[in-house]
Amino acid sequence: MDAILDLFDNFWVSLGGKLLLVALMIPLIGMVIGFAEMKLSAKMQYRVGPYFAGGRWGWAQLIADGVKFFQKEDIIPTDADRPVFKAAPILVLVGTVALFVVIPFGPGLIFNDLDVGIFYALAISSLSTIGVLMAGWSSANKYSLMGGLRAAGQLIAYELPLVLAVVGSVILAGTMSMQGIVQAQIDAGYPYIVFQLVGFVIFMIAALAELTRIPFDMPIAESELVMGYVTEYSGFRFLFFFLAEFANMFTMSAIAVTLFLGGYWLPGVPQDVLEWAGPFILMGKVFLLVFAMIWFRWTFPRFREDQLQSLAWKILVPIAILNIIVTATLKVVF
Amino acid sequence: MTTLDADTVRHLSEAQVSVELQTEDMTLNIGPQHPSTHGVLRLVARVNGEQAYDVKPVIGYMHRGYEKLSEVRTYPQITTIVNRIDWVSGYANEVPFIVAAEKLMEIEVPERAQYIRLILTEMARISSHLVFNASYPLELGAATPLFFALRERERILDLLESVTGGRFHPNFNRIGGVKPAYGSGSTTRKQVQDLPAGFLAETRNAMDQVAIAVDELENLVAGNEIILARTKGIGILPPEVAAAYGVSGPNLRASGVPFDLRKTQDYLPYDKFDFDVITGENGDCWDRWYVRLAEIRESAKLVQQAIDSIPSGPLQAKVPKVIKVPKGETYVRAENPKGEMGYYLVSDGGSGPYRLKIRSASFSNISMLPWILEGALVPDIIAIMGSLDFVLGDVDR
Repeated sequence: MDAILDLFDNFWVSLGGKLLLVALMIPLIGMVIGFAEMKLSAKMQYRVGPYFAGGRWGWAQLIADGVKFFQKEDIIPTDADRPVFKAAPILVLVGTVALFVVIPFGPGLIFNDLDVGIFYALAISSLSTIGVLMAGWSSANKYSLMGGLRAAGQLIAYELPLVLAVVGSVILAGTMSMQGIVQAQIDAGYPYIVFQLVGFVIFMIAALAELTRIPFDMPIAESELVMGYVTEYSGFRFLFFFLAEFANMFTMSAIAVTLFLGGYWLPGVPQDVLEWAGPFILMGKVFLLVFAMIWFRWTFPRFREDQLQSLAWKILVPIAILNIIVTATLKVVF
Repeated sequence: MTTLDADTVRHLSEAQVSVELQTEDMTLNIGPQHPSTHGVLRLVARVNGEQAYDVKPVIGYMHRGYEKLSEVRTYPQITTIVNRIDWVSGYANEVPFIVAAEKLMEIEVPERAQYIRLILTEMARISSHLVFNASYPLELGAATPLFFALRERERILDLLESVTGGRFHPNFNRIGGVKPAYGSGSTTRKQVQDLPAGFLAETRNAMDQVAIAVDELENLVAGNEIILARTKGIGILPPEVAAAYGVSGPNLRASGVPFDLRKTQDYLPYDKFDFDVITGENGDCWDRWYVRLAEIRESAKLVQQAIDSIPSGPLQAKVPKVIKVPKGETYVRAENPKGEMGYYLVSDGGSGPYRLKIRSASFSNISMLPWILEGALVPDIIAIMGSLDFVLGDVDR
């Protein structure tokens, strides 16, 4: 046993182990959230949802879907910019994978506790939008192009409130390290949502926009742009986008939980219990937020592109800046 | 190579920039295969970014030649054809055609049959409007109202099926009345010409349920800020323009014109009942949605009144074995769910029409698409097009 643990002291072995873990986690989380979405949306709409696959509650539906995607023909449009077309889904997924690096699952349970953790997370989360833009551009399809451009506009509009919303928590914690922020909340004895409710709400709205989910799903907008930037994608490339969407829901929620809801910590739970219960507490909180996202998805219609821009620039950004000023002032005063 | 002074360089670089910024318009084909064109409508639009100009609807992908086909069919056969024109409200299409034939043959239709026609027509209207009220939020991205409304529509389709045998294409009208059905709970082969047992009571209950569901749907959709932001003030259709393009039905009423053929024409005994003509104020997408929602309530009221006062009697007038319509011509117009539906029937005395001109509502309703879509954003194109509630079968025939 010790020999195996010693093996993990080797940089490459531990890197390989971590990569393998993430590579297993993303499809797993994607499937759990995807299945939750299917079942929850069915509940909201007087439907049964997946029922037959797997024999009970259709639990194997997402596995069956995954297998189906791999069997599909990999179609690349004749006029497509082939290298870019192929690279786009990978880039989208890479952005998601890289986000897992800084999510603290428990005390000491983090792939890499960077000093600039939250900064890294925000920077990496923009990466997938470049992938979306590439997908839209390279598909040689007008609907894809419009979807890609809409995604670019959305990124620029919502990156700012997302970053500004985070600043409040960072000011309170005095650190950008993800573990540090959780530790600061444990030391303070309350999750930051108590004083950062505004920041939390803005963060969630901006995160929904980053995820291009309803009510901000203009880059996909089935009724307008067919399927937006994924119109021309099929088979496993489509699966990459699909997985990235669900895994991104998880990572965005996990970041929100870390910043505002106390991460893996629950008030009253002793430190030694947190050691093993941390990941479960985090998952519980994350799935609460994921549930809210699914709930919004099946309740709201989508905005129009210009309405989204005015919401971002005229409402979210000023409120976020005000929130920073108030937080900073209070921090200095008290 | 000559050297350039600073000014010239600046001018040249500016010229370069303006050349680069000169953007080309893109021609965008929306449809015929597109999720929101309700079938096979094709729009050719010149788009500048998200803004569309010169939108041209291209129709005809759904043309089935019904007008010509009906010239080689007998009158009883034609009801099967005409209820495929606007398939969302199949039953309502049959009535004006049958009334036109009866008018030429001078047949007095029994009152009970007329009441049954009225009840089923209004039920078809409710189901058609429910489809619209369900699918319109879907085009704005909200999927859940669809299921709320389709659940109610299922109730109505089940009732329609129980009496006519068909959910979409009832083919229930006969010249001189309605189809003889096994009725009064009779299980024998002896034909008792009446509605199935309990149909009227069940329908009355279903109408109560529909009224509740409509309130629920209104609560779900009308309370949503995003829906209001997406539809209020979008796609405004002034009454003059609507009249000039021959727009009819709820689309016209949403613009504030109280034009309802049920009040002015006598193809069915609507004058015996009390119902309101719903009109909108602004003629925007929201009004078009809301007018249809309110019309469901009026139709449900109509059905309940008709059930309360339905007379007893035969379902069928005495008609000759072989139906031949005397020489002549007539035009019957009716208020269908989509708008004014008219049949111009010319008979030369044979067993089929010499010519049948069908005036369908959707064709006229979408003829003003180029006007109303000029300069609209792509998301608004979908919102406006959806709010006009057209069916491609009704456009092309």
